[in-house]
This record gives sequence, structure tokens and C-alpha cells, in this order.
Amino acid sequence: MKKRVLLVEDEPNIIEAITFLLSREGWHVDTQKDGATAVKRVRELQPDLLMLDHMLPGKSGLDILKELRSDDQFKSLPILMLTARGQMRDRAEAEAAGVSRFMTKPFSNTEVLAAVRDLMRN
Amino acid sequence: MQPPPSAPVFLERRSYRQRRMMDAIRLLPLVGLLLWLLPTLWAATDSDGVEPVRMSQAIVYVFGVWVCLILSAGTLWRYLKGSDDDAGTTESAVKTDPK
Amino acid sequence: MASINLLIAVCLIYVTFLFLVAFAAERAAAQGRGNWLRSPLVYTLSLSIYCTAWTFYGAVGYAARSGMEFVTIYLGPSLVMIGWWWFLRKLVRVGRTQRVTSVADLISSRYGKSNVLAIVVTVMAVIGVTPYIALQLQSVTLSLSIFSDPTGTTDGGMNLVSAGFWVALGLALFTVLFGTRNLNANERHNGVVIAIAVEAVVKLVALLAVGIFVVWGVAGGLSDMMIRIDNSEIGEWQVDGSRWTALTVLSGAAFLCLPRMFQVLVVENDDERHLHIASWAFPIYLMMMSLFVVPIAVVGLDLLPENSNPDLFVLTVPLSQGQGGLAILSFLGGFSSATSMVIVATLALSTMVSNHVVMPIWLSFQGQGATVSGDVRNVVIFARRVSILVIIALGYLYYRVSGGSGALAAIGLISFIGVAQFLPAMIGGIFWRGGTRVGALTGLLVGFAIWIYTSLLPSFGPDVVLSSTLLEQGPFGIGWLRPQALFGIKGIDPTVHAVLWSLLLNTSGFILGSLISFPKPLERLQGAQFVNVFAHSGHAHGWSGSAAQSEDLMVMAQRILGGPEAQKLFRREAQNQGHDRYLPEPTPDFLQRVEREMSASVGAATAHAMISQLVGGASVSVQDLMAVADESAQMLEYSNQLEAKSSELLDTARQLRDVNAKLTQISVQKDAFLSQISHELRTPMTSIRSFSEILRDGNELKPTEQTKYASIIHVEAIRLTRLLDDLLDLSVLENGQVSLNSARGTLADVIGHAVTTTQAGAAKSIKIDMSGLDPEIELHTDLDRLAQVFINLISNAQKYCKSSEPELSISALKTENVICVFFTDNGLPIPIETHALIFEKFSRINDQDGSGAGLGLAICREIMVRLGGGIDYVTFEGGNRFEVRIPN
Repeated sequence: MKKRVLLVEDEPNIIEAITFLLSREGWHVDTQKDGATAVKRVRELQPDLLMLDHMLPGKSGLDILKELRSDDQFKSLPILMLTARGQMRDRAEAEAAGVSRFMTKPFSNTEVLAAVRDLMRN
Repeated sequence: MQPPPSAPVFLERRSYRQRRMMDAIRLLPLVGLLLWLLPTLWAATDSDGVEPVRMSQAIVYVFGVWVCLILSAGTLWRYLKGSDDDAGTTESAVKTDPK
Repeated sequence: MASINLLIAVCLIYVTFLFLVAFAAERAAAQGRGNWLRSPLVYTLSLSIYCTAWTFYGAVGYAARSGMEFVTIYLGPSLVMIGWWWFLRKLVRVGRTQRVTSVADLISSRYGKSNVLAIVVTVMAVIGVTPYIALQLQSVTLSLSIFSDPTGTTDGGMNLVSAGFWVALGLALFTVLFGTRNLNANERHNGVVIAIAVEAVVKLVALLAVGIFVVWGVAGGLSDMMIRIDNSEIGEWQVDGSRWTALTVLSGAAFLCLPRMFQVLVVENDDERHLHIASWAFPIYLMMMSLFVVPIAVVGLDLLPENSNPDLFVLTVPLSQGQGGLAILSFLGGFSSATSMVIVATLALSTMVSNHVVMPIWLSFQGQGATVSGDVRNVVIFARRVSILVIIALGYLYYRVSGGSGALAAIGLISFIGVAQFLPAMIGGIFWRGGTRVGALTGLLVGFAIWIYTSLLPSFGPDVVLSSTLLEQGPFGIGWLRPQALFGIKGIDPTVHAVLWSLLLNTSGFILGSLISFPKPLERLQGAQFVNVFAHSGHAHGWSGSAAQSEDLMVMAQRILGGPEAQKLFRREAQNQGHDRYLPEPTPDFLQRVEREMSASVGAATAHAMISQLVGGASVSVQDLMAVADESAQMLEYSNQLEAKSSELLDTARQLRDVNAKLTQISVQKDAFLSQISHELRTPMTSIRSFSEILRDGNELKPTEQTKYASIIHVEAIRLTRLLDDLLDLSVLENGQVSLNSARGTLADVIGHAVTTTQAGAAKSIKIDMSGLDPEIELHTDLDRLAQVFINLISNAQKYCKSSEPELSISALKTENVICVFFTDNGLPIPIETHALIFEKFSRINDQDGSGAGLGLAICREIMVRLGGGIDYVTFEGGNRFEVRIPN
């Protein structure tokens, strides 16, 4: 049974890149562009890992994170958050909201893969 | 008030002389007062046994002191006229310090 | 034998002459030809008002009664003048720097500008000086009477009372005419001063003439005179030592404290150097005035009947020798002494009364004290004139009531003791910083009370005011409170007794009161200003002119003095300096002159501080600034400007809050903008980095994948480049650094160029309808920038117009001032809630694929604003419409 990852991201080329990377590592990658319906999609798919962009159309990544963490079901879901805004405050807010890992774009592929493996080990 | 920092301790001859002239001006009224108060020690008509001072002598004395004071004051003024009162002012600033 | 009518005619001619002299002096001063009016000689002669009718007539009487003692009245002032360096120098400097107008002003100003003190001093001065004025009236009328009855034994049948009345009226008229011409009490009364100087010469000449006549005409030479003196009844030294000392001290004190002396010594002083000259010149005058007193007295005692009034020997001796002309000259001398004293004394007192009594009362009746406007000047002048009339009327009344009794010298001495009570407060005020208002008030009141009790009241004689039992046994039989033997110390001469106790207790009260009270800040400030007057005031330290600019000086002087006045001042100075340049060099002398001129308008402290600022030297002290602040504070206190100020402050505070809010907002916007840019830059870089790593590491990639990933990198790189281009463009536009190249062209050409550009190499094509475009419309603007806007709008339509048959119609409308170009597509209308954001940066309303940075429309808006037009979005049924306005 392949591990499932849900990638919530609105940039087509970044979706393409991450999908390529994780597929090669043996993941099943689902993608979701819209922030507004992201939480619903998580409930449907019950992924093993969530990769969440910070800036999304419809609903921000931080709000999605908070909503998920307020649900007992997703208390321990590994969530890797990606942001392109590079603001310290965003990281602080995300960590306070219970993010598992916070990464700033642009990232190197090895970094992302290492982070994913790390999250899965714990 | 402290004297201006540029004020030298020792003065050249001319300034030195001016300072002493200022001293003289300050001293003059005291001398006048002393001389004019001397008559209080003179024997008057009702003092017993001593010959009283004659009026003419008294007049000569009082007016003599007067003339001397005026001449001294005038001379000092002539001496200091050219050089304004800079030196005196500097010292006065020191002297009038209340503390 | 001169008839009384001739005498009155002479008097009238003499008075007319004085009027003319005074008038000419005023005119000369007004025309700027008055330099000679300010000579040291005039200053010295004006001091001669010390010698009143009392000294003119009374000194001889005094000598006839008590021998040499009379001379003490001249010795005190001589010592004070010769010792000018100790006290007068500082007094004059303080008076000039603080622009003091009277003794009352000096004392009140020194002790925290206390009006209570000013009133106390004024009342004391009026009470002390009124008998003195009466004395002058008495001496004039008495001397008139002599001419109808040369023996001087009776009133001679002429109406003394009405004569006194006319004399008083004449003096009042003169004083009002020449004493209240201008408001500024600190300005010199040129007419009055010159008249006094003339009178000084007349009285000296008169007394010398009589003296010379007596010595060489009657006695037959100097040595004969001396023998005659020694053989007379005053031929032996009979002076009481305590009286000699006390009177010398007293006359010196009175010389400083008499309101009229303060007026001529300090207020009318124009140049401190005059004081130095007067220090030896005035003693000469005093010496000459007293030179022949004893001879005249001795000859009078010899020649005249036993019961003659010795106070009138100056007149009766020449008369008895048949020297009518000399007698008339002598009469004029006495007349001059009396009139000059009354004029200046009244002038000084009226300034005090109007400034410290009438004006405060008038202001308090005005309710809102300070809202009074320009007519204050008239009120002040009116108050001074009324005060003059009232004071002279008081003197006349005293003369009527007292009935001309008593020896002249006695009344004069009582007056002296009264005004000498100001001395401790004055000396303490300018030498001791510790002196306080409470101390000054205590000293003055104690001294004044003792003066009234021990000197003034007993002078009326037993059983007039004080009963003889009270005089002998004290009030209620308390022996140690006897008016002329206080504390049970008997046997002191009454005058010495009064001088001793009043000044002793006055000084003690002053010192004790000062020691136990704590001064208010203003008192301490004024104290420092007065005591340290040489440390920071105008004349002696001078200005070092080099730092001041004539131009600045001129600008400031014009503000304060008014244009014409200032220009006149500067032109005159330039001429004096001997060059025709418009602006004179800022020499120290000139700076001082400007300061003095300005201080007449804004007060000494302010003027000084202003010049200091220009000169930029160290001469402005903290005290100066505090004095300025204090003056300003006082002005505020009396005006409702305070209210205006506080609302102004609130206003300022609000503005500051607004600015702060704006700054915060801008800061927030800046943060948002930066994180937006960061996002826009990092996003394409993420793809580029990721795929370039994949390409680098991926050996097992298929060729199609390789091509695909490489082209992604290529597209993202282009996106990045475009973003940077847009950002730079926007930044240039927003900072207004863009230079516009205006050119002429037709609208059709510009749109045609834009359409061609956008359609070349476009993925999707859109149908463009330009049928509504008038090809004739001409433009005068930056055509390239306008084309940039059009390209942006057309390519947006191309990209985002979601329609099965996308169509864009371009039309234009020309009005008088503006050309409107409409871009209308048939795509999905933009949601209404995002309308406000369309032209904002990074607002990607319709951008689904994320290829744009969201800067295009923001750039369009900036360009149109720069071109003087605008761009708007209009919702249009079934599509979107952008409206571009170009100024015609």
C-alpha cells in the first residue's frame, strides 16, 4: 500500500515538481489547488502526509492548518508547510498553530525529501 | 560669574596701571568719608576748657577736602577716559558675585 | 525797590523763556538734532534738582541757626557721586537694562514684579514728597512777599494763598505739557531736562552773585570776611557729632532714593559714561552752591534786624543794600530751584501713581485685563496728567493747611528721612540675591511706620496730632514707646533718633524677612538679573560684531521697529561709517544702538536675547532666556491667548497622531508589499530550482521529460524577468522619476501599434473591433507610455476573456478637455467585491494560471496619472469595460 500525500498548492509548475519527486520515492500524490475546499479533501482522502502552501486562493494555508489541528482526528497528522513569503512572523504563527515542519521556498529537492522522510519516521 | 577664560593672570603695564586707577576710584569715597567725619572729633563750643575750632578753619578744612576729592576724581576720570571701563567691569563681575 | 508787579512780569518772562527752551529742545530732539541735549554737561546740570528752594533759601537759614551743619546736606551727595563706582554705576545699569521707570518700579521689579510693593513705595513716596512740594510753593510765595515787605517780618499784606495757587497752577501746566508728551516713561523728557539744566545755571549764578556781592561788596574781601565769620555768633564750631554723621548719611541716602533724583540719575540717563563725568562735575556744582552760604548768613545776621527770617537772607541782604537787580536775580534763582524740583518730582510721582496705582485699578475694572487694545496709551497719558494735577493739588493743600509754618530745613529733613526708607530695599536688591519680597515689604513698612511715629507726626508740634503727654510719656504711659525716645534711650537728637531707629529697624526687618521667607521663582530670577547685572547686560561687555550679519539685523530690526524707522537707522549708520553702501557694518557700537532702539519696543530682555541670537556669541545666558520666557509668560497670563494656545496644542497633538497613524499604516503597507514581492519572486524560483536539480541529478529521465522540464525552467525564468521589469517600471513611475516625451500623433496610430504588438505571438487570439474609433482624433502626450497602457489592456483581454467568441471593442469619445478611450470585452464580469482592488499591486483578479504578477493595471494607473489623465473600470452588462481618459 503506497503512502498517500495530499499536496495543496496553486502553482502548476511547483505541483509538477513535487509530484515528480514524491512519486519517484514511492508516494501516491493527490493535488488540490483551491484552499477553500482543502479541509474537505483531507477528510475524504485521509492522507498520511499533508503538504500545504501558505498562500492559497480561497483560504490561507494557516487557516487550513488551524482548522485541521482543532479536529482530534488530525492532531497528529504530519503537516509540512511551504511558504514563499519569507516572513519570520509566518513561521512563528504556523509553529504556534501546530505545524510539523515549515519550509521556505525555494527549497532544494533533497531538503524536501529529507523532511518528508523525517516526518514519516516519527 | 567667573572671569572670562581669556583673562590673563598678569597684565601688561598699561592694563595694570588701569586696574590700579580703578582701585583708586573705589577708594576715593572712603577717604572722603573718613576726612569729612573727622570734624565730629573736633571740640565744640560747649566742651570745657578746650578752645573750640574757629569757623573759618572749619570752612577751609571742609572745602579743602572737597576740592581735593574733586581734583582726584577729575584726574582719575581723565586718566581712564580713553580706555573705557573694561578692566573695571571684568573685576566687578567677580566682586559682585553674591556667593 | 522792585515792585511786586515788576517781579511778576519778570517771572512770566522767565517762565515763557523756559517754555520756549523746552519746546525748542523737544523739536530738536524730534528732528534728530538733539545730540547736544544728551551731553554730560546737561546730565550733570539736571542732577542739580537736588538743590531745591530748601537748599537755595534754607541753607543760609540753616547756617544762621546751626553753623556749619548745613553742609552735611551737600556732603552726602558729593560722597555718593564720588563713590559712583560702588553704587550708582550698578543702579544706573540695572535701571537701563531693566528699563526701570521709577523707584517704585525698581523695587517692585526686583522683588518679583510685585504690585503690592509698588503701591507701598508709591504711597510712601507721595506722603514723603508732598510736604516737600508744599515747601517749594511756600518758599516761592514767601520770597514774593519779601518784595512788598523787605524786613521779612510779616506777610506784607499780599495774598499769599492766591499767589501759591497761581504758582501751583503754572507748575502743573508746565509739567503736563512737557512731562507727558510721550508714553514711554523710559524715554528722556528732553524739554524738561533742558529746562532744568537752564534753571540749574540760573540758580547757581544767582547764589554766586549774591555771595560775591556779600564777600567783596559788603565785607570787603576774603580775609575780612573770614574775620567777620569768626567774630559772628556762629563763629565757633558747634556741630553735634551725631547729627553731623547722621545727616551726611541721610542726605546721601535721600540723594539715591528721592523719586526726582532717581528720575534724573537713572531714568533720564542716556549714557553711562556721563555718570563718570558727573562724579566729579556734580560735586563741583554742590561745592559752589554751598561756598557762600556761611558768608551770606553771617552778613545777614550782622546787617538785618534781630527778628528777620534767616531763610530769606539771600533776598533780604541784597534788598537791604539797595541792590534791587541782584535781588531779582536771586529771586529767579529761588524760583528756578522751586519750579524745577516740583516739575521733576511731580513727573516722577505721577509715573509711579499712574503705572502702579491707576493702571492696575483701571485694568481690573476692564474685567478681561488684557483684551484692552490700542487706547491704553491714551489712558496712561490721561492717568499721568491727572496724577500730576492731583499731586500738585495735594502739595498746595498741605501748604494751605500747614499755613507755611516751620523752618524750611526741618520740613526738608523729615521728607529726607521718609524717602531714605527705600534704601535698604534698594541696596539689598542690587547687591544681595537673598533679598525677598517679604523682606522688602517688612522693612519698608516697619521703617515707614517708625518714620511717621518718630518724625512726621511729632513735627506738627505737641498737641496737633500727637498729644504732648504722649510725646512725653509714651502711648498709654508706656515709656519705652515715646516717639522721640524709643526703647527708653533718651537724649538723642530727634532727627538722629528718627534716622537711627527707622533705618536700623527697616534694615533688620528687611534682612530677617528675607532670611525666613522663601522667594518665588520670579523673585529669584529678577534677583539674579539685578545682582549680576554686569555679568550679562548691554554696555560693557559689548558685542563682537563679526558674527552678526547686517542683512539679518536689518530683517529683525524691520520686524520690530517697522520698515521706515529701521531703514532710517541703518542709513544713518552707514553714512556715519563713511561708505555709501546701503547696509552698515555690524560694529559693536551699532549692534548696541540697534538693541537699544528695539528695547524701546519689545523690552530690554527680549531685544538683548534677539541680538544675542544673531551675534551667536556666548552673551546670551540662561537668565536672559528665562527672562524672555517670563516676559512672554506674563503677557500670556493677561490675555486669552492662553486658550488659543491650548487649542493650538491640541490641534498639533492631533496632527501628530494622524501622522503617526499614517506612518504606521505605511509601514504595514511596506511589510505587505515586501512579502508580496518575496512571494512573487520565490514562486518561479522554486520551480526553477527544483527542476534544475531534477535535470542535474536525473540520469534516467526520458528525453520528452527533459524537454518539458527545461521549458518549464525557461518559462519561469521569463516570468521572473517580466516581474522584475514591471517592478522597476512601477517604482520609476511611483517616484515620479519618469521623464515624459510628449509628441503629436493620432489615437488610431497608437491603438494600431498596440494591437499589432499584442497579436504577434499570442497564444489565443481575440477579435478586435475598432469601428467606433474616429481616425481623426489627435493626441499630444507621451505616445509610447500610452501605447504601453493600451497593450496591457488588450493583452489582459486576450488572456482573461473567458468567452466562446472573445471580442474586444475599442471606441473613443472626444470632448472639449478630454479624450475617452473605451476597451470593452464580452468576458465574465469581474466580481463586484474585488472592483476596488483591480488597480492595486499584486491583485490578480482573474489570473488563474498565475502567469502574471498582478502589476500590469497598477502600472497603467500610474502611467495615466503621470499623463494627467486616468483609468477606470466600469462594469458593463455582459462584459468588462476599461475607460482610459487622456487630457486633450
